[in-house]
Amino acid sequence: MKGWRELEIGAITEAGSADSYNTGSWRAFRPRWIEENCIQCLFCWIYCPDSAITVKDGKRGEFDYNHCKGCGICAMECPGKKGKKAIVMEEEGK
Amino acid sequence: MSTTPLRLKELSKKKVLLTGGHRLCSGCGAPIAIRQILLAAEMPIVAANATGCLEVSTTIYPYSAWKIPWIHTAFENAAATISGVEAMYRALKKKGRITERIKFIAFGGDGGTYDIGFQSLSGAMERGHDIVYICYDNEAYMNTGIQRSSATPLGANTTTSPAGSVIPGKMQPRKNLTKIMVAHGIPYVAQTTPAHWRDLMTKVRKALEVDGPAFINILASCNRGWRTPTDRAIQDSKLAVDTCFWPLYEYENGRLTINYKPKEKKPVVEFLKTQGRFKHLFSPQNEYLLERAQEIVDKEWEALLREEAMWKAEEEKKEQ
Repeated sequence: MKGWRELEIGAITEAGSADSYNTGSWRAFRPRWIEENCIQCLFCWIYCPDSAITVKDGKRGEFDYNHCKGCGICAMECPGKKGKKAIVMEEEGK
Repeated sequence: MSTTPLRLKELSKKKVLLTGGHRLCSGCGAPIAIRQILLAAEMPIVAANATGCLEVSTTIYPYSAWKIPWIHTAFENAAATISGVEAMYRALKKKGRITERIKFIAFGGDGGTYDIGFQSLSGAMERGHDIVYICYDNEAYMNTGIQRSSATPLGANTTTSPAGSVIPGKMQPRKNLTKIMVAHGIPYVAQTTPAHWRDLMTKVRKALEVDGPAFINILASCNRGWRTPTDRAIQDSKLAVDTCFWPLYEYENGRLTINYKPKEKKPVVEFLKTQGRFKHLFSPQNEYLLERAQEIVDKEWEALLREEAMWKAEEEKKEQ
């Protein structure tokens, strides 16, 4: 067992280090992005609790599956194009 | 310095200051609100966080999801802690050791705000610190497993107000903390939800701009405690507003503005029926509670409408 002198500093010193923690394994359902139905409204991005939608130059990109917990809010809020959703939820492992 | 317009395309070019990899539940409403708050801010922010879901789950050692200076304080004193930080900032600024404009936010859940942190919050507001206190209200002590708080609405089933043969859920209506904060006579008080992102971000900007204390109450849904599917956070927040269960309004220097009036006010059952915590209210012997819930909503909403009309009439009189 370590003595107290060998222990690390008892505070988190690196800002945003949770970024390196993987919560993607929590998922039971996986969101799939269908780009042709996407109108780039970015509702998915503003409503994602896990910052799991990548954006670049004001446009969304692929999901960050390391952090996405599969809650399905993005799919629920997606307006899609002509009644066709740009995000659908699919069961993991199928 | 130019301000980022409140358009998602422009906002998405900003750095998100709450990372993924935090351990809040799948579909939690709180991080949606926090991301929006930090995106709205156009200056450096220092935050204090009362004990609660948000604090625990975003900073599980050795990880932190925050990209801003952040301090965890006990359940009861987030407002006192941020007061101290703000006082130190003012002192250092006076001495010329800090020149930058920095703003200070305290975050607390409804337990840490309505109940346990209430006295320190009231004190900080009365002392007039230049701080923003933001409550993310999920309507119970969700972190410890769904116990009732004074923010829990009438009839909700929690582990300390269990619905059964003895009582039909919580027997008391929630207290109106937003109005209590208005009674402090502080320059800015508002309530909003993360579903109304532009409203939320506008209010955060106003709160940060005022010189003095500001308070924002944000309804943040909790699918574990509300007993809903994980994808309901935004839908349920919208229902809360459309039924006037959680109206969007603000007080600027004591003057009320209702920010959104639903074209057709939905009955409160529309909000209640999607949530398992209110399921027992729909059995015949508990129907009186549904009526009571509607009465409470109507009374508060009509009081808001009357007050706003009074302000408008007074202003028109002055103009003449």
